[in-house]
Amino acid sequence: MFHRESGYYKTTYAADMALYPLPVARWTVAAIALAMCIAPFVLHEYYISIINLIFVATVGALGLNILVGYTGQISIGHAAFMSVGAYTAANLAVRLDLPFWVTLPAGGIMAAAIGAVVGIPSLRIKGLYLAIATLAGQLIIEWTINHVPWISGGVQASIEVPRPTFFGTQLKTQFQLYWFLLFFAVLAIVGTLNLVRSRIGRAFIAIRDQDIAAEIIGINIFRYKLLAFAISSFYAGVTGVLYTYYLGIANYEQFTLVTSIDYLAMIIIGGLGSILGSIFGAIFVTLLPIAIRLGMASWGADLFGDTDINNLIPNLRLIVFGGLIIVFLVLEPEGLNRLWRNIRSYFRIWPFSY
Amino acid sequence: MLANFRRLGATLVGAAALALSTTALAQKDIVIGLQCDRTGPTQTVGVFLCPGYHDYIALVNSKGGVGGAKIKAVEIDHEYKVPSAVESYERHKKEGAVLIGLYGTPQTLALTQRLTEDKIAGTSPGFGAAAAANGDRYPYIFPIAASYWSQAAGAVQFAKDKLGGSLKGKKIAYLFYDNPAGKEPLPVLEALAKDEGFEMRTFAVPPPGVEMGAQALDIAQRFKPDFVIAHLFGRSPSVSIKELKRVGYPLSKVVSFVWGASEADITAAGGWATAEGYYGIQFAGVGSDYPVLKEITEMYKKQGKPAPKEMSSTVFYNRGVLIAAVHVEAIRNAVKAKGGTNITPHDVKLGFEKIKGFTLGGLVPPLEINAVDHEGGGWVQVFQAKGGKWVKATEWFKAYPTLLKKMLASGA
Repeated sequence: MFHRESGYYKTTYAADMALYPLPVARWTVAAIALAMCIAPFVLHEYYISIINLIFVATVGALGLNILVGYTGQISIGHAAFMSVGAYTAANLAVRLDLPFWVTLPAGGIMAAAIGAVVGIPSLRIKGLYLAIATLAGQLIIEWTINHVPWISGGVQASIEVPRPTFFGTQLKTQFQLYWFLLFFAVLAIVGTLNLVRSRIGRAFIAIRDQDIAAEIIGINIFRYKLLAFAISSFYAGVTGVLYTYYLGIANYEQFTLVTSIDYLAMIIIGGLGSILGSIFGAIFVTLLPIAIRLGMASWGADLFGDTDINNLIPNLRLIVFGGLIIVFLVLEPEGLNRLWRNIRSYFRIWPFSY
Repeated sequence: MLANFRRLGATLVGAAALALSTTALAQKDIVIGLQCDRTGPTQTVGVFLCPGYHDYIALVNSKGGVGGAKIKAVEIDHEYKVPSAVESYERHKKEGAVLIGLYGTPQTLALTQRLTEDKIAGTSPGFGAAAAANGDRYPYIFPIAASYWSQAAGAVQFAKDKLGGSLKGKKIAYLFYDNPAGKEPLPVLEALAKDEGFEMRTFAVPPPGVEMGAQALDIAQRFKPDFVIAHLFGRSPSVSIKELKRVGYPLSKVVSFVWGASEADITAAGGWATAEGYYGIQFAGVGSDYPVLKEITEMYKKQGKPAPKEMSSTVFYNRGVLIAAVHVEAIRNAVKAKGGTNITPHDVKLGFEKIKGFTLGGLVPPLEINAVDHEGGGWVQVFQAKGGKWVKATEWFKAYPTLLKKMLASGA
């Protein structure tokens, strides 16, 4: 609407391969980056804590989207890989006293290794059958953590982890943790942006669209399917580590099947096979229940009695949440990302639409 | 398409208006943050417990509050999810809560470090780790009710009394839900088995715990124990009652932990006639025979309303009343010590540590909370399903305190 997309000629290979070829896109990214840097200084701690939760969810949603959205392999064991990462990092941090920049990649790599093993059935089966195979992965990992005290650190199956230290400062407050989580969320986003346009990413997309055709044109299905599982699980493992440091405890009971389904909901609502969609989904699923509750709490008191309202809010919230998911998906089955693109392309030629 | 965007725009404006109209708090109120689960996996508890909590707070307010200030309990439902619990905690903090009523074990564990850093006391009755009873190690976590360790000790003590004062050579079966909470009492039971000389065998029920025919048969026909201690959650306590009944094991030799001993479990098992004789451990008094419950009924009558239907589930409702009462007592102590109602979370923490000799006509055990013991002694009371209601089988008692103290100090 206010900018032109024509007239920018690329004269070098580097310019052609830039993530954001248009100046307007670069300015937008710069503006968002600036806003993210200013935000923690002006926002109340409560809002920072919500953003922190969104950062963690974003990393997890990106990982799942690589597997489900880009490679087309359904997984409902995502949360289990988070617990693998969480317990790996917690054990390393507590027993060997290692800092986060060792435990975090270690948690990711351990989850990637386990993820590649859980992904083996994907070489033979697809679709719903694969979903059930990954469900087995989820249950086996949960059982193992619950029953092996060497991993879980005792009957309570929870390991208390000291907060991460960065150059001698312990990152404790929501403000400090904001920067910690922001760094890894940005790293995950940039990493995924580059991954999906690389040779590996194109192989993933080819497998998603038609795996037999992909094999015929020379893509090693065995390698790339397992690689997709490994990379996706790496992200999940890192998510688990981030949760561990954010909460100060590793506990597998927060990484149950329900959590896996929550992450699937995020990427389906946000948009399968899109990075922006993963971020939208993470924001939507985290923020919507909060927004609905705030709305109910301020309006509801006028309509209902005091004692009823406490019972009504949570139930209505579930109903509204479910309803809104249906509305958004009916409005645009390809998710929030597509909705956003529709809005953008509408305004691209506005006001001269015809 | 355009119409769609207009509609979307209207929705967004509406949402923004909502966010702005969040009502400002009255200055003088003392705010309590209460986490609940009325919609998640443990909603059968929350729908009775939370109304009980609010009714007691309303009763205190109807009598003029504490030191002239009204108490405002801000409830947030977290659906038993950890991220929601983190968010609701931060919101309670923003609203100026002087203490947090936690709900759920994973949620309690996830918030322990944050509560300690922020120096805000959180209560976790029936949840969290038994080790949290140690106030030196967890200065801001207050279980305020018997932990699973105390319940295990209480169950063994009860079995001992029922079996004639000695457990030497007896057999006890431990039927438990195969999750961390279910396994937590094991160290206590093992230590007691050694001390008391009974044989213990464990029978794990894998989640979701609705299938335990094999375990029941194993217990009744192979192991043939003298007593069964059950520690189950959700739907599974009712299944255990049904299955043990089916294989012919007498229910009057079964004692359940606190989450398997509610009216709802009896109903789900097929009614009071089926469950006749079944014992349940409680950390709050059961039944409607307490003066405070009569006062709540009176309060409703004065407003021209019938008593709330939640009161019929006396087990969970009374637990809500107990939690609220202990919270209010801590605030009362804090106000008294401070000489005013502008108390801080730290004042309330010290207020908790002064709770003593406060029983609410028997609904609350004779808790004695201090800086070291945040559990208040680990009091339990056993009730029996008899003739259509829970009947008191023992008075309040605490079992094997020296052993538990030793285990807590060694920091398991």
